[in-house]
Amino acid sequence: MAPGPLMDGTHFMVARRPASWGATALRWLLIGAAMLCIGGLLLLPLLAVFIEALSRGWTVFAVALADPDAQAAVRLTLTVAAIAVPANMLFGLAAAWSIAHYQFRGKSWLNALIDLPFAVSPVVAGLIYVLVYGSYGWFGGWLEAHGLRVIFAVPGLVLATMFVSMPFVARELIPLMQAQGSEEEAAARTLGAGGWQIFFRITLPKIRWALLYGVLLCNARSMGEFGAVSVVSGHLPGLTNTLPLQVDQVYNGGRSDAITSAFALASLLALLTLVTLLIKRLLEWRHGDALARSARQ
Amino acid sequence: MARKTLPGFGLSMGITVAWLSALVLLPLAALAWKAAAQGPAAWAAQILSRRTAHALLLSFGGATLAALIDTLLGLLLAWVLVRYRFPTRRLCDALIDLPFALPTAVAGIALTALYAPNGWIGRLLKPLGVQVAYTQLGVLLAMVFVGLPFVVRTLQPVLESLGHEVEEAAYTLGASRWQRFRRVLLPLLTPTLLTGFALALARAAGEYGSVIYLSGNLPMRTEIVPLLIVQQIDSGGDTGPAAVLGALMLVFSLLALLLIHRLQAWSSRWRQAH
Repeated sequence: MAPGPLMDGTHFMVARRPASWGATALRWLLIGAAMLCIGGLLLLPLLAVFIEALSRGWTVFAVALADPDAQAAVRLTLTVAAIAVPANMLFGLAAAWSIAHYQFRGKSWLNALIDLPFAVSPVVAGLIYVLVYGSYGWFGGWLEAHGLRVIFAVPGLVLATMFVSMPFVARELIPLMQAQGSEEEAAARTLGAGGWQIFFRITLPKIRWALLYGVLLCNARSMGEFGAVSVVSGHLPGLTNTLPLQVDQVYNGGRSDAITSAFALASLLALLTLVTLLIKRLLEWRHGDALARSARQ
Repeated sequence: MARKTLPGFGLSMGITVAWLSALVLLPLAALAWKAAAQGPAAWAAQILSRRTAHALLLSFGGATLAALIDTLLGLLLAWVLVRYRFPTRRLCDALIDLPFALPTAVAGIALTALYAPNGWIGRLLKPLGVQVAYTQLGVLLAMVFVGLPFVVRTLQPVLESLGHEVEEAAYTLGASRWQRFRRVLLPLLTPTLLTGFALALARAAGEYGSVIYLSGNLPMRTEIVPLLIVQQIDSGGDTGPAAVLGALMLVFSLLALLLIHRLQAWSSRWRQAH
């Protein structure tokens, strides 16, 4: 610990020296324990994915990725994310605009409701859609009569994914836009700007990095979600398996190279994780003052 | 405020409310309705069955224990990352987010590869008589994994904003290192530690993907509540029993969310007051 400014150098040396051996030892003991914890609990599982994926060489790896069901799973994951992410971006923008710019009753309830998908178990997130759209659900009979399927089909996957990834953009934008206030938008209004003009010319440039940050995390969750989509998927290979579901099915498939093939598919998701974390770090480093974390402090 | 001057209230509010109603409120109402329609006898039969009771105990007991471990480990990690400068610090800091970003199924099979009896770490633990995979210890480990970043990321900004002044004051008054930690730092961090604990608890109790591979899903031993819900839906037919368990999990989530909001409000008041 640094000495107070009133201590002169001599006193500092005298007061400090006996403690410094203990302090240095404790410091490195704590750093060592932390690094052991991070290495063993976090780094090792990540490395295990890539090492297991390549444990039988590149051929098994390539064969696993070339499997038609695996490729269908990749396409489905991209499709689901291509619907869920823009949808939740729109929701996040709308929620942040209404919460940051207006006063209304029930605002804190609305704020809490937006957080709800983060607190709910992913399995419950899947279950609630089964209860609405499944064969025994509220709209199940009507859907069946009209030849429509939601549960055990792609629409159910999209709904469950939208639920679990809903708060990411809103959570990033709301604190930032609240901290930025409405003055610039109000000034543009008095100068005669229209609503969309204000949004695109004033608001969007102020929130673009935070928006990208939220979209990045929303996308990672959308592509990686497992529990919620597992409940509504029906696990039809080539049809309703997203990539994480395909990993699960291959892993439990019992083929001789099942584990290695599952890890090969999982390595694609781990790669997505690495790219996501890298861009996240870059955004925090280059544009940290334009993200919600700076508004919260 | 700007209600009159700024346009877009109707549109933005309309989208927000319509979205939340269709995706959150309506499906949650369906769950509440289905669970309520089951009647007390079905509830009792579901909760009091030995298999479910055991899963409830493991899910909530395990999550509590995991959140406690996360709080201790998280305090250590946040302290080291904020207060010390050492090589690989930035890499270590970036890795904290891994359980947030790694798909749960991938985390699950990776942890199993490490801790299975013939796995990298499992092989080393076997001679010591410790088995992690397919035991309750495995469930606990997976829960600790998913909850850890919540505590670290909650603590970090608070530790950064505290600065050294308070501790320096205590130091000049002759407080020992342990006294400075126990009497000065810990009371200041209490609301934040509780917030991190509650976040980790909520996440661990509902976790599915990371747990099910390492746990082995042995009935009466390593089954968690989310797994029972999935099994009951997959078996087809009546969704009533699954709705009862789902409603229980939901009530727990709502209570946790309420607690977290309270703790966050307390935490920011506490920091402003000190």
